[in-house]
Amino acid sequence: MSVVTLTVNGQDVAVPAGASLLEATRAAEANVPTLCHLEGLTPVSSCRLCLVEVEGSGKLLPACSTAAAEGMVVHTHTPRLREYRRMTVELFFAEGNHVCAVCVANTHCELQDMAVTVGMDHSRFPYQYPQRPVDATHPQFTLDHNRCILCTRCVRVCDEIEGAHVWDIGSRGGQCHIVAGLDEPWGQVQACTSCGKCVDVCPTGALFRNSDTTAEKQPNTTLPALLRTAREQHRWHNQ
Amino acid sequence: MPVPPQLRCCDASGCRSAGGQALRSALEGARDAAGLDADALTIKPVGCLRLCGSGPLVACDGPGPTQLFGGVSPEHAGALIAASHAAGLATSHTASGGDALAAHRLDLEDSFFALQQPVVLEGCGQVNPESIDDALAFGTYAQLRRVLQELTPEQVRDEVRRSGLRGRGGAGYPTGLKWDTVALQPPGPRYVVCNADEGDPGAFMDRSVLESDPHRLIEGMAIAAYAVGAERGFVYVRAEYPLAIERLRLALQQARSRHLLGNHIDGTTFNLRLEVRVGAGAYVCGEETALLLSIQGQRGMPQPRPPFPAQSGLWGAPTLINNVETFTAVPAILREGGDWYAAIGTEHSKGTKVFALSGAVVNTGLVEVPMGTPLRTVVEVIGGGVPDGSPIKAVQTGGPSGGCIPAERLDTPVDYESLLELGSMMGSGGMVVMGASTSMPEVARHFMGFSVNESCGKCVPCRAGTVQLAQLLDRFVEHRATPADMERLDALCQMVKVTSLCGLGQSAPNPVLSTLRWFRHEYEAACREPAACVAAGGVEP
Repeated sequence: MSVVTLTVNGQDVAVPAGASLLEATRAAEANVPTLCHLEGLTPVSSCRLCLVEVEGSGKLLPACSTAAAEGMVVHTHTPRLREYRRMTVELFFAEGNHVCAVCVANTHCELQDMAVTVGMDHSRFPYQYPQRPVDATHPQFTLDHNRCILCTRCVRVCDEIEGAHVWDIGSRGGQCHIVAGLDEPWGQVQACTSCGKCVDVCPTGALFRNSDTTAEKQPNTTLPALLRTAREQHRWHNQ
Repeated sequence: MPVPPQLRCCDASGCRSAGGQALRSALEGARDAAGLDADALTIKPVGCLRLCGSGPLVACDGPGPTQLFGGVSPEHAGALIAASHAAGLATSHTASGGDALAAHRLDLEDSFFALQQPVVLEGCGQVNPESIDDALAFGTYAQLRRVLQELTPEQVRDEVRRSGLRGRGGAGYPTGLKWDTVALQPPGPRYVVCNADEGDPGAFMDRSVLESDPHRLIEGMAIAAYAVGAERGFVYVRAEYPLAIERLRLALQQARSRHLLGNHIDGTTFNLRLEVRVGAGAYVCGEETALLLSIQGQRGMPQPRPPFPAQSGLWGAPTLINNVETFTAVPAILREGGDWYAAIGTEHSKGTKVFALSGAVVNTGLVEVPMGTPLRTVVEVIGGGVPDGSPIKAVQTGGPSGGCIPAERLDTPVDYESLLELGSMMGSGGMVVMGASTSMPEVARHFMGFSVNESCGKCVPCRAGTVQLAQLLDRFVEHRATPADMERLDALCQMVKVTSLCGLGQSAPNPVLSTLRWFRHEYEAACREPAACVAAGGVEP
């Protein structure tokens, strides 16, 4: 197996060729924050939180979808990156209706954790208070659009792991929202197998089990990676 | 043998909307009434005659110098027929009807026409866009035939590389390098794609080429396909261009029937299937990775690059994407040689560029000038300046991705690097001239509103950041802004610019950043308490 070596925050690391920059930063224990990324799913680079500086590249690069290359010099926590991450999280909070106190995911929410990580205690941008619906037509699960951050983990896990492709994105810009089936009520989508993978990987309280109430959601975000290694490498986590 | 006189009537969208079709049928009626047959006086629909603002335009060719008439109504048909017939008989121009037309005669020696150098637009206004015979008579497809018979793909790419041609879609990537990258990928299928999703407000260059000379584009694409080894290609046109789509489809059909497309083109082993794909109204589909997804029937959303389309594009195969203008320049480059093209323009921006001139300017229309022409020449000499004679305040280039260039920088040569240095960009070539009454915060808000509507919603800086930027700009337009808003505007513009995923988001703050840079005093004056903003405002970036 060939290996590439690079420098992350002054520390030399070696990762297998083909590994992403994110894996390299993790090897250096650099704690690059991620929100849309999830092991086992195709990276989409849409949350922009994992942007890092690579010397010699004029642009900031998303660590999740950039391949680590020999000799790269990477900086993950420069002052401007910290500031951009904080602004990004502020934008997330300002564009939706995130009310932690009444949310099923309170204390288990990746967005909430991210606010703590980047040191965001309030948003400098005005809250938009968008009018968004809740889809409670599914017998077991509910989709609350108010809490959706459009990370598309649900879209990807349903398409890539479950193979049902129930979810997709409708509209554009600020009107973007997750749609079930052909923009139908979730409960009417026959393709849905009710497997619950979308609920498990959702980073916020946008998708939850009907049985959960405030602060009771218990996500399981390791599932896609386990299933992928099981299928592709025939390796099971209990072996 | 004397050339029989002919009337060329502009039949592109601009002149059509000014009544060009009614004029042409009136002309045909008047010709019949004058007892002339079609051989004695040809009336030909052609593409863009450039000065779109004075449509409908009619050019009158005879043994003498060509004359151009603008703003002609059907009542003038008789006079025009009489004048052109008289010209055909080589009699004096003051023959009957001459006086009635005097007010409509446009001076072809005028700098609007005289300073232009048509390369891409060679055939626009000359050929009938709906007739392949006319295109063939004009020399279209001659280079494709020559290339297939005489040159290897390497030789074609070498010629394009030597020409120094850079992508005309906006970013200015070297075309020859892109062609090489696609050609040198491992063996397997390849695609050529023409990006005709021209969506910038104030840009109508690609539409004019498609409506005026579609065969030239097909020839350029076929040459490109041969050079990179592609056997299949697509032209992605926006649905808002119905006439362009209709003419392109007709042209493709005609080219197939003459064995200039399809299998064994012109008796060689080269095959090429070209198809039209019509967009569905999303501006972001002009971004190449979103465009490719759209062609494949998926939601048009930009993807992280690399992999670049040249490595992995349509259905994972190496794909060459160029803009309409880039492909259309190729036949002329092969005919005259790469060195000839490289001799035009500046050191780093070679050749000519087509601009769509509009806004507060006397001469509205299509302009093709050598790269490096000073902006002042384009807007003041060719464009004629602001109609009421007042000075120009700024020129907006590059649409919602570009910026406003202030009057004091009008002596800048038009090339990729100079415009970037001024905080604007070449973009596809729209140029909107602004007079003294234009408010810059309002301009910025207008373009930000465009970006808010056209953001695909994938990445958060563009999806949510543009919304916040538009609201901040509202505060300036409505004189509610505070010094803190000024700082926030600066900071958020920077953030959206450097953290967005695709070119649309990365360039969305440009209209704000460039107006902040050159017209910061207008933002300060737009604050609720202007004095406080001036004190808080930083130094010019």
